[in-house]
Amino acid sequence: MTAAETHRAIDAVWRLESARIIAGLARLTGDLSLAEDLAQDALVAALSQWPGSGIPPSPGAWLMSTARHRAIDRLRRDERLRRNLGQLGHELQAKQQAAVFDGPADTEAALDAGEVQDDLLRLMFVACHPVLSAEARVALTLRLLGGLTTDEIARAYLATEPTIAQRIVRAKRALARKQIPFEVPAAGERAARLASVLEAIYLIFNEGYTATAGPDWARPELCYEALRLGRMLAELSPDEPEVHGLVALMEIQSSRLRARAGPAGQPIPLLEQNRGRWDRLLIRRGFAALLRAERLGQPPGPYVVQAAIAVCHAQAASAADTDWPRIAALYQTLAAVAPGPVAELNRAVAVAMAYGPARGLELADALAGQPELRRYHLLPSVRGDLLAKLGRPAEAQAEFARAAGLTRNEQERAVLLRRAAECGGQP
Amino acid sequence: MRFLMTTTAGDPPDEEMMTDMGKFVEELTRAGVLLATGGLDPVGTRVTASGGQVTLTDGPFAEAKEAIISFALVDVRSRDEAIELAKRFWQIARTGEGAIQQVYGPE
Repeated sequence: MTAAETHRAIDAVWRLESARIIAGLARLTGDLSLAEDLAQDALVAALSQWPGSGIPPSPGAWLMSTARHRAIDRLRRDERLRRNLGQLGHELQAKQQAAVFDGPADTEAALDAGEVQDDLLRLMFVACHPVLSAEARVALTLRLLGGLTTDEIARAYLATEPTIAQRIVRAKRALARKQIPFEVPAAGERAARLASVLEAIYLIFNEGYTATAGPDWARPELCYEALRLGRMLAELSPDEPEVHGLVALMEIQSSRLRARAGPAGQPIPLLEQNRGRWDRLLIRRGFAALLRAERLGQPPGPYVVQAAIAVCHAQAASAADTDWPRIAALYQTLAAVAPGPVAELNRAVAVAMAYGPARGLELADALAGQPELRRYHLLPSVRGDLLAKLGRPAEAQAEFARAAGLTRNEQERAVLLRRAAECGGQP
Repeated sequence: MRFLMTTTAGDPPDEEMMTDMGKFVEELTRAGVLLATGGLDPVGTRVTASGGQVTLTDGPFAEAKEAIISFALVDVRSRDEAIELAKRFWQIARTGEGAIQQVYGPE
């Protein structure tokens, strides 16, 4: 194996294993930054040793035990660190201490599979703690749970590497300063904390699904990363309907990734997509995830309702077969569980499809004064569409032009400008 | 990206191998990596077509060496990750033969 091949193999091992390693170390040391440093040290050791010695048979276990040895060294050497851990209220329980100090050097025996799962869940809750801003949660999640490098995150978000590096450092400092324990939240806090995790995952997904800026309409790799995180979370907390709802929503939206961009990367609206290009495997997984959510028998939350809407579209063999009255009703439910102008705008679209553009336009017009939608390009875009359908091209043209001026996505802007031009072409 | 991993030859599994493989499959499912997996009936029916004319032949076949015994469809971020998973699979399965092929489709 050449050195380059070994490095690529190490890279793959790291992506597959780093979350588990960091999560395990965070529990042992109670310190997220230290855990990540120790894991990185182990990676550096692998990069220097494996090209000569060959890749060990269980590379993940090798990385974990190397990092654990370094943790022991650090704890023995650093009185202050031990004291700090004490001050943080963290107790290295006897069992865990035994695992660190006396544990078998080269096996994962000290960490059974259940424990690893618990560690990953703790890591997810801490990385998405509500004391962090949404963008900090996103960066930390991609870094710690996705195993992405700072550079990869920066490229995905069209940011510079120092910006992302700083965001991650600040986030870790904030967690340390606020003494956020490495724990799964208690029952009373759990719903709010889970919402914070789900929000971060869905933000990653959405940034991939419709890039907020830049030349590409979508960056599918971010969608797949969010999907992977969601599927992982679904196995870690199987009793949470909203987790399955989010997974269902992302599976079904991902199923359209191939169909929703034309050859030049231009967006193709849902109703114009070639449904033969939808990914049936992901659709089926989406159905299954929604069923899992519904079987838990709780009143539907916002992700479950949105997944149900996505399922409606996925079930329609053609755009004309779409059950619009049902979708309009689901948007009404969504407005009740998660009121917001964006959901209301989507309801306007569904109502227009079910009961005619005039009814839809009424709802859309009622949103005109909403401060949250003031710079949201989809409001004028929807109004433009409805006005065009109602045979009011001049007004429609103005709306499309306004929408084009508001979006930062270049592909979307091109479509909106074309639609504006088409309105102008009519007498 | 998706990869189809297949085996065309391998030791018959003993109990320990079954247990380890069970754990491995569970772990990959939990990580959202494993999309589908299964074993294939060695008998099967061969289909050959010539100019749209279909001929069916019942197995087993003389060239059974090429026949797929089991498969796993995985969702990973790179070919290297797929290779890493295949290495782990063969550490459990120990002796045999198989292939890793990218599946074109969703991306």
